[in-house]
Amino acid sequence: MTTLLDVRNVSKRFTMGGIFGRKTIDAVMDASFSLSSENPEIFTIIGESGSGKTTLARMILGLEDPTEGDILFRGEKVDRHAGRAERLKFMSRVQPVFQNPFEAFNPLKEIERYLESTARRFLGTSDKAAIDKAMDDSLQKVGLSLKEVRGRFPHEMSGGQLQRCAIARALIPNPPLLIADEPVSMVDASLRMSIVNLLKSLRDDLKVSVIYITHDLATAYYISNRLIIMQRGRIVEMGDARTVLDNPEHAYSRLLKASVLSTDHAGAGKLETDPGMLDLANDSVGRAGELVARPDGRHVRVYA
Amino acid sequence: MFAVFRDLIRYNIEFTIGLILVGVVVLFACLSFFSPVDPSLIYTTIPDQPPSAQFWFGTNSRGQDMFWQLSAAFRNSLTFGLTVAVLSRIISIAVGLTAGYLGGWVDRVLMFVNDIFVAIPIFPVLVLFYFVLRNNMDSFTLALIMACFGWPFDARLIRSVALGLKHREFTRHAVFAGMSTRKILLEEHLPYVMPIVFSTFMNNMLWSIGLEVTLAVLGFTNINNPTIGTALYWANSHSAMVVGVWWWIAIPVILMVMTFIGLFLLAISMNEYIDPRSRLRRMGA
Amino acid sequence: MTQENDIILQVEGLKAYYQMNYFGVNREVRAVDDITMTMRKNEVYGIAGESSSGKTSFIKVLAAAIRPPLRVVEGTVKYNFKNGPIDVTTASPEQIETVRWKHLSYIMQGSMSVLNPVRRIGRTFQDFAQRPLGLSGRAFEDRVVKHLARLNLPADVLKAYPHELSGGMRQRVTIGLATVCHPEFIIADEPTTALDVVVQKEVLSLIRDIQKEMGASVVFVTHDMSVHANVADRVGIIYAGRLVEEGPTRQMFFTPKHPYTAHLVASLPRIGDTQQRPALEGRPPNLADPPQGCRFHPRCPLAVDKCRKEVPPMIEVAPGQRSACWRWEDVKPLVNIAAPAGAMA
Repeated sequence: MTTLLDVRNVSKRFTMGGIFGRKTIDAVMDASFSLSSENPEIFTIIGESGSGKTTLARMILGLEDPTEGDILFRGEKVDRHAGRAERLKFMSRVQPVFQNPFEAFNPLKEIERYLESTARRFLGTSDKAAIDKAMDDSLQKVGLSLKEVRGRFPHEMSGGQLQRCAIARALIPNPPLLIADEPVSMVDASLRMSIVNLLKSLRDDLKVSVIYITHDLATAYYISNRLIIMQRGRIVEMGDARTVLDNPEHAYSRLLKASVLSTDHAGAGKLETDPGMLDLANDSVGRAGELVARPDGRHVRVYA
Repeated sequence: MFAVFRDLIRYNIEFTIGLILVGVVVLFACLSFFSPVDPSLIYTTIPDQPPSAQFWFGTNSRGQDMFWQLSAAFRNSLTFGLTVAVLSRIISIAVGLTAGYLGGWVDRVLMFVNDIFVAIPIFPVLVLFYFVLRNNMDSFTLALIMACFGWPFDARLIRSVALGLKHREFTRHAVFAGMSTRKILLEEHLPYVMPIVFSTFMNNMLWSIGLEVTLAVLGFTNINNPTIGTALYWANSHSAMVVGVWWWIAIPVILMVMTFIGLFLLAISMNEYIDPRSRLRRMGA
Repeated sequence: MTQENDIILQVEGLKAYYQMNYFGVNREVRAVDDITMTMRKNEVYGIAGESSSGKTSFIKVLAAAIRPPLRVVEGTVKYNFKNGPIDVTTASPEQIETVRWKHLSYIMQGSMSVLNPVRRIGRTFQDFAQRPLGLSGRAFEDRVVKHLARLNLPADVLKAYPHELSGGMRQRVTIGLATVCHPEFIIADEPTTALDVVVQKEVLSLIRDIQKEMGASVVFVTHDMSVHANVADRVGIIYAGRLVEEGPTRQMFFTPKHPYTAHLVASLPRIGDTQQRPALEGRPPNLADPPQGCRFHPRCPLAVDKCRKEVPPMIEVAPGQRSACWRWEDVKPLVNIAAPAGAMA
């Protein structure tokens, strides 16, 4: 088994403020996980705002340096300061999809431009027909076609379509890894599932591994293989998605699951959160603890 | 772009008036290409003639036909203003976009230099240059010097826009689409700062022409080169108002006010329509 | 069952368009196109709809914030407040001023943009609520402090600036601001969209509690159906400027009678359920040029010829449930989301 991505004891500390009252914030603390090349999977990072999930994603993309630890992609260190050729090589293998589809493309420019630039740069060709074909193939994968996209501006498309174009762009170099940072949170409800289902089919049909970053436990349960749950920079629970979410063990995971608004009792208005649960979850904030393996394969942070 | 221009003329009265005023002045300045006399020569005609059918703008005490004299002066001044505006725009775009996008130490260094230029008092520096260069100081040299001082405020403005653009998701998409930094700056970010560039362009012309007039009136430029400023300088040195040659002063001042009001109106109407697309978007287009 | 004096809001045939003249070209966007609905006192009415469905414009009319280019073209919006009935589409600004905040208030989406960042919270309370309440100095402060305590906020927040509070706290402050005058009618526009799940639940339950306590009516706008499931008594679905279905929350979720509602409900994944969820193709129509007939027909799996030509009327399809669909009898839930047995006990 070869590893595709290896995140080893990665930490990130931000320093805020000027000369006086300098403050440090530990955005990510000692995160480790790895993805294998052989079985593509959807690996979900769950967390609320301030959990460090986006910082972790940015480090994997090489947009941010880890303060400690290493991130290895196919055995090579992800390095923001590597030469341009190195970075391009990395980008041809790891591509991102971001949160806001309406911001994904410059509103003053045609959408196609980004796809074309990606194809030209990463397929190493300047042959118009080859570029068009690569663009069309990629758009077909997400249920669109070059004919629909050609000459169109972002405001002429719906959020769902734009997000699919963004995914199509990311797919052009045939990357083995896609990093999707909250790709559906700003897509309308009726279009959301088309994106989620698309991510699923990327894994199943195109064998692309996806790191899916979200705060939404329900979609995570629906598509992911494995997941980690992050609380204030620390991984508190990690393991098979369904094992963990069916029966979360860490207090914070349990609180998150309990906070998911269920539709099972639609109209009954059940909104109470057990205050004991909240205290228990808050209790673990700032404590180091230790990730411990459980017999069912999950890892849970326990505190001495 | 053309459609925006046409619509501006049709629906924005300030823009139309500004365009007419500036247009008239530009046309007048262009006439100098067909001038029958060399504007640098003196005593080519009868001095001190009031405006008449023969001499539309009169003649001055130096025996020059004011019509052709002023036409050349406006051509020189407008060219001067344009040169300063174009050069300083190039510097401010380059500095602003680069500092905003790259950030980090590049930003700190560029903004440090920027702030030095903001802090240097420009007028004494220009006077100093005049004393060093004397008659080697032609319009173009002056334009170069002023361009070097005309960019810092606008560079800061552009930087602030670029800072916002840097964190927009499409910029990150562009990076991962393999676009080079130059391409991102020129093709992704530049269109966003163009409205600022246009409106500051007008302001910059106003500023540079105004400053040139100030210098010339005080005699700190090459006074043999006809510009708006030197026209006033000579009028002053011949005590035009005292001896009653009022047209020597009044006509250039009227034309200058026209130019300034025209440029000002263009600048504010550009400001108002700083991004026509965003207006369209606000309407739910 | 609904008696005349039990009704707080009556919207009839409301049409509100954006009419613009931009560079000499007339444009008309039919943001709200013929909406009729009523609300009872002490009820939470959920409005769901996607972006650019017209729900925001509808809310603007309800909130009596009708400003050009938005214009009410037709219809009435009648409130039945304690101090007398008022039709906000025809009322003068002075009349609207008499009901604003004291009878009709709102909780807005971005708590950061509502609260003036350079004013202490206490000053903001004075700005909004002092005049409607008609209390002075100490009495006003006592009232506010008591009210904040009810929302589990310490009196200290009055001295704080907005940025010093957490997102959840700020949202609770805006709720406090909206409810301090004990209004009869509250409009809540996506009040929890920007919040984390844990805080979201807390804020929702707070809104629900305070609504019950005060006996106010709440219009709750959000695109998130799972929020409606837990907060609303009735839900109305807006699609392309029209109300397409409304009914008691439970019925809307378990027996939807409009294909769009069925889709919205079915597209919510649940923990513990791995059924394949259907996705709705296509995009919401452009309101400047909506499709003929039923506006949902280009995306509707049930569409027939009639749907393309004739606009379906809103008809009662079950007790309290109205749907605007020619084929409502054929609409079935798309995935099995029946509540587990005994869940309602």
